[in-house]
Parts: sequence; C-alpha cells; structure tokens
Amino acid sequence: MSNRDNILNRLKQNTLSEPVKIESNVSSFVWSKDEKITQLTKCITAVHGEVHHLTNIHWIDWLNQELPKRGLKQVLIGRNKVTDEYTYKADKSVTIHHYDKPIDSWKDKLFNQIDVGLTTTVGAIAKTGSLILWPDAAEPRLLSLVPPVHIALLDANTIFDTFEQAIEELEWAKNTPSNALLISGPSKTADIEQTLAYGIHGPKELIVLIIDK
Amino acid sequence: MNQTEAFYQRIEKALQNDQVRQNIRSAMNGLMQKRAEQFNDPEELSELREKARSIRHYSLAKQAELLEKLEQKLIENGIQVHWAETAQQANNIISTILKDAGAKTIVKGKSMVSEEIGLNDYLEQQQIEVLESDLGEFIIQLAKEPPSHIVAPAIHKNRQQIAKLFHHFFPELSYSEDVNELTLMARKILREKFEKADAGVSGVNFAVAETGTLCLVENEGNGRLSTTSPDLHIAITGIEKVVEKLSDIPGLLNMLTKSATGQTITTYFNMISRPRQPDEKDGPRAVHLVLLDNGRSRIRFDNDLLETLRCIRCGSCMNHCPVYVHVGGHAYGTTYPGPIGTVLEPQLAGINNIGALTSACSLCGACAEVCPVKIPLPKLINQLRAEAVNEHFSDKPVLGKGSLRKTPEVIAWSIWQKIYSNPFLYKTFSWFATSLNFLTPSKLGKWSKYRTVPKPAKKSLNQLAQENGFDYE
Ligand code: SF4
Repeated sequence: MSNRDNILNRLKQNTLSEPVKIESNVSSFVWSKDEKITQLTKCITAVHGEVHHLTNIHWIDWLNQELPKRGLKQVLIGRNKVTDEYTYKADKSVTIHHYDKPIDSWKDKLFNQIDVGLTTTVGAIAKTGSLILWPDAAEPRLLSLVPPVHIALLDANTIFDTFEQAIEELEWAKNTPSNALLISGPSKTADIEQTLAYGIHGPKELIVLIIDK
Repeated sequence: MNQTEAFYQRIEKALQNDQVRQNIRSAMNGLMQKRAEQFNDPEELSELREKARSIRHYSLAKQAELLEKLEQKLIENGIQVHWAETAQQANNIISTILKDAGAKTIVKGKSMVSEEIGLNDYLEQQQIEVLESDLGEFIIQLAKEPPSHIVAPAIHKNRQQIAKLFHHFFPELSYSEDVNELTLMARKILREKFEKADAGVSGVNFAVAETGTLCLVENEGNGRLSTTSPDLHIAITGIEKVVEKLSDIPGLLNMLTKSATGQTITTYFNMISRPRQPDEKDGPRAVHLVLLDNGRSRIRFDNDLLETLRCIRCGSCMNHCPVYVHVGGHAYGTTYPGPIGTVLEPQLAGINNIGALTSACSLCGACAEVCPVKIPLPKLINQLRAEAVNEHFSDKPVLGKGSLRKTPEVIAWSIWQKIYSNPFLYKTFSWFATSLNFLTPSKLGKWSKYRTVPKPAKKSLNQLAQENGFDYE
C-alpha cells in the first residue's frame, strides 16, 4: 500500500460524531462607503501605509505631481486598461516599463532598477485595512512585491466590510484565482527585539490611491 | 544520561543565562500586551474562540475526506501532491524533486514543519544550498541555532548579539546595532539570493480543500518571494492543516494574527492555487505540496488527544507560559517548545524519548485561557503525565506509555494510598507525623534541591477541628 493509503486508512479508523461548524455571519457589518473609506484609511496609515482619497483630482495628475517630488522615476505597470492610460500621460521625468515579458529574461532589471510597481486592485477590506489583489497575466505576481514602492489604485466602490463579505460577493471560491493576495501595509518585520522595521523584503512603501468620483 | 536528567541540565543552563531570559521576558511582555489590546471585548473573544474551535474540530472530524478532496483539487489546479508518513520520507521526496529539477540553491520561507523533519541538514548533506529568508530564521541560521519560538524564532537574541553576528559573517558591511540598519543589511544580502535561487520551500498555514488553495501568513514578504520568484515551489505541511471551505479562513486568520502578534492582520496573506499559467509572466512553473503525517494520524486516533491537532501554531500559549518565559525555547530541546510542545512532542517522538517535558508545567492554566482554538493544554499535559507512569496500559495510542514509571515512586504512592484509605493507619500516621515532627529530615534528595522540606505542624487539622468543637466523623 502507498503512503497515501496508509495515512488515509489510519485517519478513517476513528470516525467522530457529526460535528457542528459555526459558519460566518456575513451581514454582521453594514458600513456606508464613507465609513469604509475612513476605516480602511485608519488601518493602513496605522501600519505605515499612505492613503489618498482622490475626489477631484485624477490619479494620473496626482502621480505627475508626486513622483517627481519623491524622486521616483522608473515605474513598472502591467497591461491593463486602467493603467495603460498612464503610459502616454506620465510626467516626462518618469520612464514607464511594462511587465509584459516572462520574468526569466529580465529578473535583474526588476530586482535592481525599478522604483515603483503600479497595480490595480480587485477591491479592499475595510475592517482590516487590506487590499485584495488577484495577480494574473496582465498584472503579474511580482509587480506588487519586488519594487521598493507599491502604488495601488482602488475604486472606492469596491471596498467590502469584511473578508467574509469579499469571499461571498466576489464568488471567490468559484473563481479561484491562481494567486490571490491580501496586502495590508508595507513589508515589515519585528524579528529583532520585537522592534518594527519596514521594508525588509517587499515594498518599503505602500501608497493607496482611492479613486472616488 | 536519561531524558529527564538531560532536560533538567538544559533548564539549569537556561536559568543561568540572564541575558537570554531578559530578552525573552521583555519580548513576551510585549506580545501579551499586544494580544490583549486586540481582544478587549471578553464576550466577543469567547464567541470568536468557539467559532475557531468549531472550524478546526470539524476539519479534523472530516480529515480523510477533506484531504482526498484537497488532493483532487490541487491536482486539477496543476499542483503535485506527495504523501509522507515519516520525516525521512518527506526529506527524500523533497530532495528528489529538487534533484530532478537540477536545483542547487533554495530559499526558504519560515516553516516549522521543515524544522520538525530536519530538512536543512538533510539537503545540505546532499550539497544543496539552503538559505532561510525570514529575518528571524536567517539570524539563527547564521548562529547555527534552532528556533526558540515558533513565531519569533530569534527572540532570544538582542540587537547587540545580532549586530556581532552580522559583522562576523558580512565584514564588508559596516557595523551597526540599529534595528533599521540591520534590517536593511538583511534586505540587501537576501535580495540577490531571491533573484538567483533555483527553488523556494515554504510551509502552509491553511490548506483549503474546496478550492485547492495553500494559504501563507506573513509580514516580511519573504514568503511571497520564496514562493513566487524561483521556478519551483515546494510547500510542506502537516496533514492537520486542511480546512473545508474558503469561508472557514477569515475566522481562523483573524484569530491567528491577533493571538500570535497582536496584529489585526499580517501584511501579507498569500493564497496559492496554481503554478504559472501559460499566459502568465511569473510565478513558479511547478508547485508541489508534501503532506506529512509523522505521528499525527496516531494522535487523531484518541478523542481526547486529538484536540492537540486543532493547533494553528500562533505561539500564544508559550507567550503566556511562566515556564517558557523562564527557560526559553531551547531548554525544551524540541522543535515545538512551550505548552503546545509539551503536549505535541511526547506524542510525536514518544514518552520514552521526550516525556520528561510534561514535568515542566505548573498547571496554572494560562495557556488554555488564551488558546484561540480552545485546546485544553493543561488537561492534556496531565493525561500525558498519567500515560507516562501508567501501569495498566490504557487504550490511548501514545508511544512509550509507562516508560517513566519508577519503582520507588510506585512504592511511595502505594504506601500513601494504604494510609489514606485506612482510618486507623491514617490516625497512627498523623500522630507520628505531628508528635515526632522534629525528626523530619531537612533534605529529601533531589526534591529539596530547590525546595524547603515542609515540616508537619504540631497538631493535625483534625485535632484542631476537634478542639474547636467540630464533630468528628
Ligand atoms: S496550542 Fe493554541 S495557543 Fe498554543 S500555538 Fe497552538 S493554537 Fe496557539
């Protein structure tokens, strides 16, 4: 018999009585859009992230104002309808790179030359201050991870109250993305004396632009 | 030296190291406080714990079925599944996968199961370079030490010790004791490794049967890098980590991060369901999952002991344990220290090997009070103590039952039992004990090494009660 069968047979020897599982109550929170934005902003800023609620400025204009000020020049984006517009509207101090080739041939550039990874998001979770990303062919997995700054665009109408609610409304289990992420701040560690330090392996900065028109 | 003596020697050594004790004490204080801040509503906490308990218990009850479902889903998703009954088998499986892929260098995300099977040593013997990428794990890998805590592996070291360690191994980097600088150094050293590594190895926090998803909880991003950047990803997990549905995850994740580090959520929650797809630009081309038994299915056989398997490895029980705080993780001499280690390790390795751990508990109950999945740790420790000295072997499936039974102890207790169950003997005994109390020896062998021998009072409680007018029964 195989290892597999041996293990499963042992597990089948003790059948426990029908257990009861307490299911999640999805509707326990009902926040308005503004409340959700406030809560999300509170959580992300508490862990050193930046949140900007853009109501009367286009996100591209915001980037064109801010990136030169911060000395951020090399911006990596995916192949995505939303971010494509930036390709021809970006400030002239910024060079746009596209993540459109398999990583194997240009890993060195990704790891060493890019300043900013710009991504969209599937949504966010207000309660924990988490962005939901489902990386795919258009916006690959490492785009939000390797560059030292991650800028995420978030549509104000896609913020959920809780993770439970996001799972249900996005029909997450049925759609199962190849890779899904909750990102709730810049990379950090407290492994030395329980003292927080940011930017250990992933982005040192997380900037969330909430687009709300 | 027998296991008890060896254990006591490790404790002795730990108690003499004031620096380590201070480091651990202050870290545990911080962790306890942060956890308490997250759970400020006792009623809500009790509901959340009950819910988390029920999810984990349900998963264990349906374990075989869920593992089969998980396997089927993972295969559909393109992830290869391997089953290992023992540590040796798991090591073999992993090294074969690596060799077949021609992988020479691997980066690892933090994984306690890989510590349990001794993966690093095994691979290094096969000339495969293994690099731990979690900052804490990286530090102790340099120091050639095992983790001292399941969540914060380098918690026993302070910044000066770490600065010296870095300086020794990377003399080209300038010396610093600043935590930010040290962190940046590690970033620099490890980045290049991530870029070049042939394979990544990680653990798994939860495996979802419904969708075939491997979930990883972390703050640093090293777990994401290890599982995304190299062309090959191998995950290893204990067979108990499976849960039924995706909707089970939020309740467990919430309890895990709050209990472990007092965080509402960790920076990253990474859910992997497929290797790189044909149109995708990154991610590993091959993903493997190794499901490890290593004694877990035996534990599940007993309805009391199976509660052990609900554990989600938050580390909260050790943060709150007065014994752990004093002796630290290394004194246990096992992969998992603290209360959960005391319960799990003798069941995995056998009481005949490591049953002495069960003596390192005052049954204060702090661990059971904070455990997010309500494992009755003191009750289980007590049961294992009984198994350790059991003469009539119980039907509990514990390895090495009765192996700590000692004849002098057995004789002493049977005399004690005789005296206490016979009124005449008891009276005679208490008369001798009280009237001849000046004869009480001041030393009672090893027992009195750290304790004062109690002297019986001049009058027994019985006598006092009678004198005060209580009826004698
Ligand atoms: S036994 Fe409970 S408290 Fe201890 S690590 Fe496991 S889940 Fe956490």
